[in-house]
Amino acid sequence: MSTTIEQVPTSTKQTTKIPSATIRFAGDSGDGMQITGDQFTRTTALIGNDIATFPDYPAEIRAPKGTLAGVSAFQVHFSSEDIFTPGDQLDALVVMNPAALKTNLGDLRKGGILICNSDGFEKKDLELAGETENPLNSQVLEDQYQLFKVPMTKIVETALKDLKAAGMSTKEVDRCKNFFALGLVYWLYGRDMDATLRFLQTKFGNKPQIIEANTKALQAGWNYGETTDAFVSNYKIDPAKLTPGKYRDINGNTAMAWGLMTAAKLSDKELFLGSYPITPASDILHELAKFKHMGVRTFQAEDEIAAITSAIGASYGGHMSITTSSGPGIALKGEAIGLAMMLEIPLLIINIQRGGPSTGLPTKTEQADLFQAILGRNGECPLPVIAAHGPGDCFYVALEAWRISTRFMVPVIVLSDGYIANGSEPWLIPEMKNLKKIPIKHAPEQTDGSKFLPYKRDEYLSRPWAIPGTKGLMHRIGGLEKQDVTGNVNYEPDNHQHMTNTRAQKVENVALEIGPQEVEGPETGDVLVLSWGGTYGACRTAVELMISQGHKVAHAHLRWVNPFPKNLGEVLKRYKKVLIPELNMGQLRTLIRAKYLVDAQGLNKVKGRPFAIAELTTAIKELLPK
Amino acid sequence: MANDVTPVLTASDFGSDQDVRWCPGCGDYSILAQMKKVMPQLGVARENVVFISGIGCSSRFPYYMNTYGMHSIHGRAPAIATGLKCVRPDLQVWVVTGDGDGLSIGGNHFLHLMRRNVDLKILLFNNRIYGLTKGQYSPTSPLGKLNKSAPMGVIDNPLNPLSVAIGCEATFVARSIDVNIKHLGEVLKRAAEHKGTAFVEIYQNCNIFNDGAFEYATSKDSKLDTTVELEHGKPLIFGKNKNKGIRLNGTEPEVVELGKGISEDDLLFHDEKAPEATHAYLLSRMRHPEFPEPIGVFRAVDQPKYDVELNKQVAAAREKKGSGDLDALFNSGETWTVS
Ligand SMILES: Cc1ncc(C[n+]2csc(CCOP(=O)(O)OP(=O)(O)O)c2C)c(N)n1
Ligand code: SF4
Repeated sequence: MSTTIEQVPTSTKQTTKIPSATIRFAGDSGDGMQITGDQFTRTTALIGNDIATFPDYPAEIRAPKGTLAGVSAFQVHFSSEDIFTPGDQLDALVVMNPAALKTNLGDLRKGGILICNSDGFEKKDLELAGETENPLNSQVLEDQYQLFKVPMTKIVETALKDLKAAGMSTKEVDRCKNFFALGLVYWLYGRDMDATLRFLQTKFGNKPQIIEANTKALQAGWNYGETTDAFVSNYKIDPAKLTPGKYRDINGNTAMAWGLMTAAKLSDKELFLGSYPITPASDILHELAKFKHMGVRTFQAEDEIAAITSAIGASYGGHMSITTSSGPGIALKGEAIGLAMMLEIPLLIINIQRGGPSTGLPTKTEQADLFQAILGRNGECPLPVIAAHGPGDCFYVALEAWRISTRFMVPVIVLSDGYIANGSEPWLIPEMKNLKKIPIKHAPEQTDGSKFLPYKRDEYLSRPWAIPGTKGLMHRIGGLEKQDVTGNVNYEPDNHQHMTNTRAQKVENVALEIGPQEVEGPETGDVLVLSWGGTYGACRTAVELMISQGHKVAHAHLRWVNPFPKNLGEVLKRYKKVLIPELNMGQLRTLIRAKYLVDAQGLNKVKGRPFAIAELTTAIKELLPK
Repeated sequence: MANDVTPVLTASDFGSDQDVRWCPGCGDYSILAQMKKVMPQLGVARENVVFISGIGCSSRFPYYMNTYGMHSIHGRAPAIATGLKCVRPDLQVWVVTGDGDGLSIGGNHFLHLMRRNVDLKILLFNNRIYGLTKGQYSPTSPLGKLNKSAPMGVIDNPLNPLSVAIGCEATFVARSIDVNIKHLGEVLKRAAEHKGTAFVEIYQNCNIFNDGAFEYATSKDSKLDTTVELEHGKPLIFGKNKNKGIRLNGTEPEVVELGKGISEDDLLFHDEKAPEATHAYLLSRMRHPEFPEPIGVFRAVDQPKYDVELNKQVAAAREKKGSGDLDALFNSGETWTVS
């Protein structure tokens, strides 16, 4: 279904034009906040705003209802300009209960819009959130925010009384209050309800009562904004001036799955995924499992080790092979990653990072597996490591990782994180015909009786990909050290040194293919912000802000974290100070300091949340000449 | 596949150019020799055969075969072979593992391989000891066994590999003995012909760390009394003079002497095709010295094979939905145009 930018039903009230807004829906995990946020995102994307989202789930699947641990939130930043983050401070916050208010209020800017479902603030709701007084009665909220107390539960009950009379349960009626909230926010920001109505039709096609109930709740929310005197003005945000073309909304895990399928197609391969479920990587498995007709074989293995080793088997068999996981699973895969590296076969190892160590913060984001990716194996085992910088970028990262993996016959580690995986943004839809093919050669059969040399190398030190079933190439490979060229087991001291050097050089050679490091901003200056992975958007926005204020600040974002681009050392030396913001305690900084001997400064946090732009600008300012 | 084969291949064509490095006298030599001998009889071209192993003495096996091969990591060969077979059902894939490799570190993969019934052959060289790491006890070492890591004797109750395999619904289960070369050759052949996971336990002598562990089953003097050869449809008869048999007493097997009012018809008849695994399981419980230990094929049944089913799903999905169009996928759902 393709839509051009739509005309929105206009409100009769005063409309204020604003460049952008950040809003958050927060409620109990049973309140449907993720669907609400998702619907708002889709609708907003269709209007042509640029968007970035940040879904935030509770750690427990069924945390006790109404408690702080059970709060589920969805944040959307939308704008008439290019944006790269889901926003720092909230312009509007919708809360369904006291627990949601308590955990989210701190992010609402002073003077921001605070919409509360006042019916969710009964005595027992307050108790569950550990409150004795009803905060809605406090003058503080009235004074500091634009507070709207809306009895959503009651209004929805009234709006749906016919359906209730026709047999709809109280629980079902109550569930619709998220659509009331959505309708109200649609009114507030001049959004059209069409896309959501279409969503209800497809999702509940065989349940007309549910469709009707949600439609009525949505409409009631919109009407509430339009008719009550509480709201005097609503807002308008013009479409963003994005690159012309056709767009859709995409999250990181879907983009990764589609990128992988695309890489398979571009290389004339079929795809094999060996995986074991883990948050936040499972959705890649779910998505790929749908595409058997495209030759995608997904294998839900008995554990992480079987997941990667099955992929190694499939790669040995000549298929495009992938394993997906998160940090704990990658830890288990360590030995097998080393095997793939010794075998010198293509394989993608995808880590959707989450808070660690061990089980850590399963539903929260972190960038703390960089050392694990770069160093986390036994022996000398360097590997190429690429990191996605945002949801849509996951698609292109998958293509590039596979291109490098097959060109160099080396496993490649792909890093994403929970924030990228679940966050979404508008994605300029590519056309297959415009994407570069990924050429793959397999060693051809040999019928002249000559001996096949499985570790004979080309100019990049890459060896041939010889697959079983090919005549005359019978050979044996394994994890034991081998003689170069022949592949025979070999323990000689000089040979091990030679092979270790060769494998390391091969990984270094990847730098020949990835091009020089580029910089946004001045060529030389006071501060260079060096980032990698999911902090891209926040760093880019912060640096743009600093530049617009006249500061000599630049931004370099690493796509490949191993090897580093050839010119990186030279780039770092062009700035007086280097700032490396990371959602870890300084892993890239340690690597950069060790390799280039520059006194890079860190901005580090591990709170399960992405950086706010303000945190970055403050840190940059501190490094500027006084 | 069969057409690819030049009928002139012999055992030596299946030997690689690598020096075999097992200890002189190791049972592994005999298994290798049988495998090389059986290979030309299977009608599969060398390039279509793959040996995958884990780590251990036995796992050096692939290096010595002139086929495709992978010596992988400890315990994981079943998973590697599963992945390979999922994408390459055209290949004949063998897994070579040891009792430590397959049942200890690789126990999880072992049991899932059995239950999935992937079409591959798994050979477990059981020497009841860790050979490569020089003599620690393994999951099949008997209670009380003295060795390097249990100087006061093993207190871990041993696993019975065949019982485990049958418990995991294995569709082909067999046992043979390294030095019983004719029998071993036949069992390997049967395993190769089975469609689905074929699991073969091979009693293998580690003459360095556990010499004589299976002497009862291999010595000329005792073997006819301590083992019973299974034949489908035949009664379980054993003994030097073929005068002893196994009879069922209720649900328990018992050793009886033929004659003295007991005839062949009273004995337990072997049925390798029994759809329920109960019979095979019962046989796997017969242990020396109470019973003669069965050798041969315990179970050979036809059941859905994971790799075949997976590829059928791919074909069915293609039939139903066509081979897919990524452009169409990218453009599915809600889209909008910016001009
Ligand atoms: C991850 C890992 N842990 C431990 C080892 C050490 N190791 C190698 S082989 C082996 C046991 C092998 O015993 P078995 O499978 O019975 O084979 P055998 O040598 O007796 O043929 C062990 C513990 C290893 N190689 N890798
Ligand atoms: S240690 Fe035992 S199993 Fe290993 S090669 Fe020597 S005899 Fe064979």
